[in-house]
Amino acid sequence: MTKSGQVVNRPRRGNGTLNYLRNHWQLYLLLLIPVAFVIIFKYAAYPGLRMAFMDYKPAKGYAGSKWLGFGMFEKVFKDKDFFTALRNSLIFNFLDLGLGFPVPVILAIMLDQLRFRRFKRINQTILYLPHFLSWVIIASVALNLFKPQSGLVNILLRDAGLIEDGIPFLTEKWHWFWTYLLIGIWQNMGWGTIIYLAAITGIDTSLYEAATIDGAGRMGRIWHVTLPGIRPTMVTMLIMNLGRVMGSNFERLSAFANVNVRDFQYQLAIYVYEKGLAGSNFSKATAVGLFQSLVGLILVVAADRVAKKLGEDGLL
Amino acid sequence: MTGNLTNRKQSFFGGVNRVHVSDFVIAFVILLLSLTCILPFIYVMAKSLSSNTAVLSQKVYLWPVGFNIDAYVSIFRDGKMTHSLLYTIEVTVLFTVIGMVITTCAAYPLSIKGLKFKGFFAFILMFTMYFSAGLIPEYLLIKDLKLLNTMWALVLPLSFSAYNMLIMRSFLSSTIPDTLYEAAYLDGASDLRVLTSIVLPLSKPIIATLSLFYAVGRWNAFADAKYYITKQSLQPLQLLLNNMVLDAAGNDAISIAEGTATQSTPEVLQSAAIMFATIPIIIVYPFVQKYFVQGTMIGAVKG
Repeated sequence: MTKSGQVVNRPRRGNGTLNYLRNHWQLYLLLLIPVAFVIIFKYAAYPGLRMAFMDYKPAKGYAGSKWLGFGMFEKVFKDKDFFTALRNSLIFNFLDLGLGFPVPVILAIMLDQLRFRRFKRINQTILYLPHFLSWVIIASVALNLFKPQSGLVNILLRDAGLIEDGIPFLTEKWHWFWTYLLIGIWQNMGWGTIIYLAAITGIDTSLYEAATIDGAGRMGRIWHVTLPGIRPTMVTMLIMNLGRVMGSNFERLSAFANVNVRDFQYQLAIYVYEKGLAGSNFSKATAVGLFQSLVGLILVVAADRVAKKLGEDGLL
Repeated sequence: MTGNLTNRKQSFFGGVNRVHVSDFVIAFVILLLSLTCILPFIYVMAKSLSSNTAVLSQKVYLWPVGFNIDAYVSIFRDGKMTHSLLYTIEVTVLFTVIGMVITTCAAYPLSIKGLKFKGFFAFILMFTMYFSAGLIPEYLLIKDLKLLNTMWALVLPLSFSAYNMLIMRSFLSSTIPDTLYEAAYLDGASDLRVLTSIVLPLSKPIIATLSLFYAVGRWNAFADAKYYITKQSLQPLQLLLNNMVLDAAGNDAISIAEGTATQSTPEVLQSAAIMFATIPIIIVYPFVQKYFVQGTMIGAVKG
């Protein structure tokens, strides 16, 4: 039985690939659907990238527009707006990473240490909630909480006699700076724990026993067993996030937009949207988009290399 | 010897140890963090159910003052948000179904050991995850495809996620043993037959999980609608809410009250609009949360 099975599965020598294709053509038929899909909706957009090397005028089309070579990039790198956007993107992304990265790790360890099972489960469910809400909802609620006059936070602070005038959490740029970052960290803190909690579950329990026998207290066990146990996950997550520092979250930025905070809110996604779609400067916006994508790609590949060199799982 | 070990394990994990003060400190901190995740919504809810005067005189904290549902009546009478809600449900369902079909068509072949040209196909499908053409080329593509200002601009372009495909592939290759495929081939089953009678029935949990990934993603996204849709009747709920509450220029919040008998202040109406968009998620949330966690775990194992 097994023997005949092997004969059926093993293609004749010489035209093995052809035989395989003949036997499994249905698999390729299935693959054709997603492939056609990405070609139509993703790859078909790549030719549009040549706009970055032209002075593209929609009315003239590709044929009538002038080629600039790298002229548009030179223009972009001399553009003050571009540098503001780039600076803001980098500052915010690094702060998001630097301030936001440790929070889920700490919270995951706290959740793991929590004794009361039911309490733990209910709290986990609640902590994951912000991850499921859109940035519009989060920003709308935040606006309701933080309005200088009628927001609950300011009302409570006034009631307590701590302040006289409302704090402009979201309407003055430096307040916005920190509020925006904190809301981002808050939104991700619960959801970010999942991956670390999974890693903690994977730690060999005998290590904890050994540590206990050696006289380690709770902090000792966390420091010498839990943290080393989740180190690979932390490294992977850190590198993965480092690969994203050129990114820019249009939804989050646009939901928290207002005229008073433009100095900080003006980041690459906003730049591309305003110059390109709103301002019809297609070539400039495409050039910046291409720059962003290329640097992003290089960062991800580099991050993958570094992760693999450190002996962790890569991303690619 | 073994008995001794299990005993130790129990004394450490089974709660035989006495509860320490630090346990309560940890519980308290976690409770505080949890409160930050629900109190804001309770506050907005209370505001949406309060009277205009109570809200204006800032008497509303976490409980409605001067309870009434006028703002919600206005929203339903106005019909703009209810229409958008139904429309968003339609878009989300279509998006999820199409996304799942395409994802399955990619993940199943790529999960099979020894598939020829596997690397080539995987590369084609995953490359777009790491390098996108950017906003403007994609916008012009949608325009050339004549999808601007149609529902399909929201349904089609994003409905294949390489990330979800990877999750499904790693689920399939880890849960379905090779011997099962071999047995099916021996019985003369074709690959499509294997898919419909073996793979799909065994992958119900991952199908549920990924469907929710797609659905929640679509439900919450609004950037693409902002790029591709200008007609108000085709705007999804999140974009409508964005225009009503967040856009400084948007006067929609006030216009909603026109032509309706009840008069609520923008403040109360906005709160009701926020709750109107939030409640659908809160209702399904307890049911979907579990699947989400599982899916993320699978994704984490090999993302």
